Amino acid sequence: MMPEIHMGVEIAGVKLKNPVMTASGTFGSGAEYGEYVELNRLGAVVTKGVSSVPWSGNPAPRIAETYGGMLNAVGLQNPGVETFCQRDIPFLKQYDTRVIVNVCGRTVEDYCQVVERLAEEPVDLLEINVSCPNVKEGGIAFGQDAKALEEITRQMKRRAAQPIIMKLSPNVADIGEMARAAQAGGADAISLINTLTGMKIDVHKKTFALANRTGGLSGPAIKPVAVRMVYEASHAVDLPVIGMGGIQNAEDAVEFLLAGACAVSVGTANFKNPCVTQEIVEGLEAYMQKYGMSDVRDLIGAVDAFQETD
Amino acid sequence: MVNLKRKENCRVIEQKRIGRDVYSLWLETKDIASNAAPGQFVMLYGKDGSRLLPRPISVCQTKGNELRLAYRVVGAGTEEFSRLEAGQSLEVLGPLGSGFPIEEVRGKKTLLLGGGIGIPPMLEAAAQLKENVTAVLGYKDEVFLKEDFEKFCPVVYAIEDEAAEADGAIKGNVLDAVREQGVQADVIFACGPVPMLRAIQVYAQGRNIPCWISMEERMACGIGACLGCVCDAVQEDAHLRVYRKRVCKDGPVFLSTEVEL
Repeated sequence: MMPEIHMGVEIAGVKLKNPVMTASGTFGSGAEYGEYVELNRLGAVVTKGVSSVPWSGNPAPRIAETYGGMLNAVGLQNPGVETFCQRDIPFLKQYDTRVIVNVCGRTVEDYCQVVERLAEEPVDLLEINVSCPNVKEGGIAFGQDAKALEEITRQMKRRAAQPIIMKLSPNVADIGEMARAAQAGGADAISLINTLTGMKIDVHKKTFALANRTGGLSGPAIKPVAVRMVYEASHAVDLPVIGMGGIQNAEDAVEFLLAGACAVSVGTANFKNPCVTQEIVEGLEAYMQKYGMSDVRDLIGAVDAFQETD
Repeated sequence: MVNLKRKENCRVIEQKRIGRDVYSLWLETKDIASNAAPGQFVMLYGKDGSRLLPRPISVCQTKGNELRLAYRVVGAGTEEFSRLEAGQSLEVLGPLGSGFPIEEVRGKKTLLLGGGIGIPPMLEAAAQLKENVTAVLGYKDEVFLKEDFEKFCPVVYAIEDEAAEADGAIKGNVLDAVREQGVQADVIFACGPVPMLRAIQVYAQGRNIPCWISMEERMACGIGACLGCVCDAVQEDAHLRVYRKRVCKDGPVFLSTEVEL
């Protein structure tokens, strides 16, 4: 008889049944992928970014494949917070999983409106998106300047009823500085990395592959950058860190946990395999068994300890 | 326990090159072929890890549990599929998206307009309609699938390349053929490049002919979650709450009056 494996983790007082969640923007609000994945098996569903009013996003083409990755410039298209509250939250509440709402805006007031509208809703955590590279104003403007990040974090913390996760951009010189700014502003957790700004040119048509010209690079191509940044950020602050960037399987997820993440988000891999999130939960359990581990929390940031025992 | 959808691992029955860079692929499926409607598509997953995204390919024909796809090699992903041989397998998800409203138009005089690699999805429509249907096929230079259509319905075809030798072909595009042959229609189904669809949209609206068009866009998820493949909509979409529609989920078949091309 195998000893029971403890898969639960905690983020800012919120208990997740396991550390596997979805990455914002890749999973809608769960309705479409719910036909392929047992949502009850996931630690949390992180929704697509929600703004105060509906956003149309960028013109097509919004997608371009690159070597080991993809660029997207969707531009945070979403139906707005009111429709989201009336339709998407009730859908997600049918499942035994945590609900994390990604919040986006162009101005501080935009973010405040969304956060305040969500205050009375059955939402577990808020992820504040200050790192989308595909919208011209707001978003990343807050995420690339430490002072601006600290200030918007403080504003969000003042208004939010739920604990807040600040989602950080990798398009910065010093990720540790940004993590510390989020902590100074009162963030309850941080998540990283959002996409890396990239560009693709079609050499046959001699045009930009994306109508927006630039887009966010995701997928396994960015994973080493993400692991490094999760490692650095987790050493810079005392906050829970949610790691993401190119996770395709359970071993990739373990890599992020070892680097210091207490949970992981799976994004682009959903496109290659719509069942992948559930398979990563199962694969993580298999990994624990293989190495005779009884508590997934023993993996979190454990790479340093294993270095010392080498 | 809910019944979750899964990709199917499908065995290749036959692959044939039917044009310079056009291939016909017959697959043995479990449920995909028997559930597929004309105009719907499937996602094909390659085995090369450097290419993450599946490729959307429309349903060309079905026979029991056998699914036929006809596609053009346009890049490394479709090139990988073109190397598949009988007995090998590949992962397929589907059928996905909306199809042409076959039952709604049955009995009405239906015109199938296919241009280039927009021709294959019209074949299953011809096969299912059987009567009161005419196919008008437009080629750039090289003719493919024409004989397959002739098994199901009368065919008119047009070739744009002035130099191409083809008996009975009309010089020009699909609409040139429709006008020249005086083909009448109560209903139009169309698939092809955007300039062709735009012309058909104008043609159908000017004559008050109900017209459904099948659109193409680069896709990532294929199931309506990622919003990578939207097109512009004439009215605010009830689900998305903006003037967009998802080609993969709300389409790829739309009423021509619903979308801005």
